[in-house]
Amino acid sequence: MTVIGKGEESGAVLEVEDLSVEFPTEDGIVRAVRGVGYRLDRGDSLGIVGESGSGKSVTALAVMGLLPATARVRGSVRFEGTELLGLSDARLSDLRGSGIAMIFQDPMTSLNPVYSVGYQIAETLRRHNPGLKSRQARERAVDLLGTVGIPSPERRVDSYPHELSGGMRQRVVIAIAMANDPDVIIADEPTTALDVTVQAQILDALETARAETGAALVLITHDLGVVAGHCDRVGVMYAGRMVETGSVEDIFYTPRMPYTLGLLGSLPRLDREEERLTPITGSPPSLLNLPPGCPFAPRCPMRRDVCDNTEPALRKAGHELHLSACHFADELAGTGAAEVFDAIGADSEALARFADTTAPTNAEEDTV
Amino acid sequence: MSAPARATATPLPPLPGHGGTGEPVLQVRDLVKHFPVMSRGVVRRRVGEVHAVCGVSFDLFENETLGLVGESGSGKTTTARTILGLESATSGQVRYRGTELTALSRRRMRPLRRELQIVFQDPYASLDPRITVHEIVAEPLRIHGRYGDGGGKEVRELLRLVGLNPEHGNRYAHEFSGGQRQRIGIARALALRPRVVVLDEPVSALDVSIQAGVLNLLMDLQNELGLSFLFVAHDLSVMRHVAGRVAVMYLGRLVEIAPARRLFAAPAHPYTQALVSAIPLPDPRKERARKRILVQGDVPSPVRPPSGCRFRTRCPKFANQLTESERTACVEEVPALVDRGGGNPVACHYAENVELL
Repeated sequence: MTVIGKGEESGAVLEVEDLSVEFPTEDGIVRAVRGVGYRLDRGDSLGIVGESGSGKSVTALAVMGLLPATARVRGSVRFEGTELLGLSDARLSDLRGSGIAMIFQDPMTSLNPVYSVGYQIAETLRRHNPGLKSRQARERAVDLLGTVGIPSPERRVDSYPHELSGGMRQRVVIAIAMANDPDVIIADEPTTALDVTVQAQILDALETARAETGAALVLITHDLGVVAGHCDRVGVMYAGRMVETGSVEDIFYTPRMPYTLGLLGSLPRLDREEERLTPITGSPPSLLNLPPGCPFAPRCPMRRDVCDNTEPALRKAGHELHLSACHFADELAGTGAAEVFDAIGADSEALARFADTTAPTNAEEDTV
Repeated sequence: MSAPARATATPLPPLPGHGGTGEPVLQVRDLVKHFPVMSRGVVRRRVGEVHAVCGVSFDLFENETLGLVGESGSGKTTTARTILGLESATSGQVRYRGTELTALSRRRMRPLRRELQIVFQDPYASLDPRITVHEIVAEPLRIHGRYGDGGGKEVRELLRLVGLNPEHGNRYAHEFSGGQRQRIGIARALALRPRVVVLDEPVSALDVSIQAGVLNLLMDLQNELGLSFLFVAHDLSVMRHVAGRVAVMYLGRLVEIAPARRLFAAPAHPYTQALVSAIPLPDPRKERARKRILVQGDVPSPVRPPSGCRFRTRCPKFANQLTESERTACVEEVPALVDRGGGNPVACHYAENVELL
């Protein structure tokens, strides 16, 4: 713990460097995370976006030391200067909750069904403050439930998880996460299981938790809209790697990686009328036996020979802090999704043939 | 009822103010669906009812996409399933081109099923894992006795139509990705050349990059084949993109219906306003400048829905703006879905269009 000061000086609370995670399976090695790095300063909020299987959750679990023992984790994760990889489970337990707290996607499985929510909050509090009297812990639990917006918290503190709605449960999870005043909160798809009006409430509660604790936030989500509103910086993940990082403005207004551009072009928007969406064809590659070259190349309309052979490094695109892993990032300056991707829909020839051939019979014969 | 052999084939007059043009293909009037709640124990008695759909009325016109949005438990899927006769209606009318569907026997309904098809939400659960994709798409043709000689060719053409390689017909559903499976479901729904397709959350299980391709496909199919879509979804951004008109449901009732552009620009019902304002925009500057209308709490139980307006327990207007005497109407009187001067039907006693985007 002597190196903590070093982290303080540089301002970084969490530094992840060249993190890779492999899972040996019967079919071969699944390379779920391949050289991910990011740095989180005090009070920072970083959004990590990507589609299913891009490695965003595994990255978070690796940081928390929550991966199964079979996972091979390499690289470096430093919390306030302390290396976390290789730390004993007991030492990690001291950090979990008080240093780094995590909010999971599904509040039903992340809460224990046989204890009241008050007990579960108190448990977290007393784990890090052994001297705390149970009465004080309970009072603090009521406070916390109130802070995250649970009505009549003094009554709800004795409720069991099954007595609460999904949104209420997720508030309890947020209360637990903020209980020990953590420096970093990692939220993994915190609102995915919830309805949109409840999502808005939960994001609001998360903002409250950040304001109260001053914690830095890593927000993992597939929803680009959530990132736009709650993060300062964004990392886009694809096939286990960061393929573009930058400020929210960089990513949303001047993306320099075809995948990011494709994602934005695929998104139906509430705030404007787009003629056509521009989907990305194909599907993400299997992380088992990943071929050499850029993993996005098979789906990329800008693909050239070099893309099949060499995987591009994450490097400067535009300005110092905007990085992109594309050989042709410079060509993307000032382009929109519609210029790069095709607005593919139905096969027009097949559609015309289908429309021409009349329906086999008409319905009236059968109705009588 | 006196002449059961002959179904009534008279279209109902379209609902006033609901918008939509052309010929109505599907007309729903006062549709109600209650599910019984049984007590536990050996003797299971009926102890209550889930009020899933309560008096829903709308018209679906030719070559139109009508969006049905709402959160979980709003009754949108039950509405769609009841219309198709997959659930029996407790009461109400459903007419397809003038023919009353709720009164039809299974045998008499069968030929009409060709014209009313459905694409299900979960592309993993809705395709039989034990038969090939060719057989999945051929099944409706066989059931309706029109596979015949040209059936194989027809199936290959259907697969091509939805963007799949017809050579892959001998594969099984599990060999395809989520997006491809949903395309198989669409091919199956189109096999009998329906006029109306109910799309029940067709893209909600898909990643955005895949979802966009399926949405484009659906829109092309509609334009070229003149289909009518009843598009059930919870995602308002998707709705904005595909639907011509949108109907918003809350706890079994329609609360607002309007052309999509209008509904999203200036919604009149407090619930619609909360929904629209809750959708995060993928635009950092706009998103940060927005003001949210947050609603309180969660959706009440449909077993004991609130009296009067069902949204009043969460309504920000009820809580913050109305006086005690104004609130009486919300508590005692169910607001009818009528035009209240804003240009579109809205079920709120104190409706007021608010510009949000």
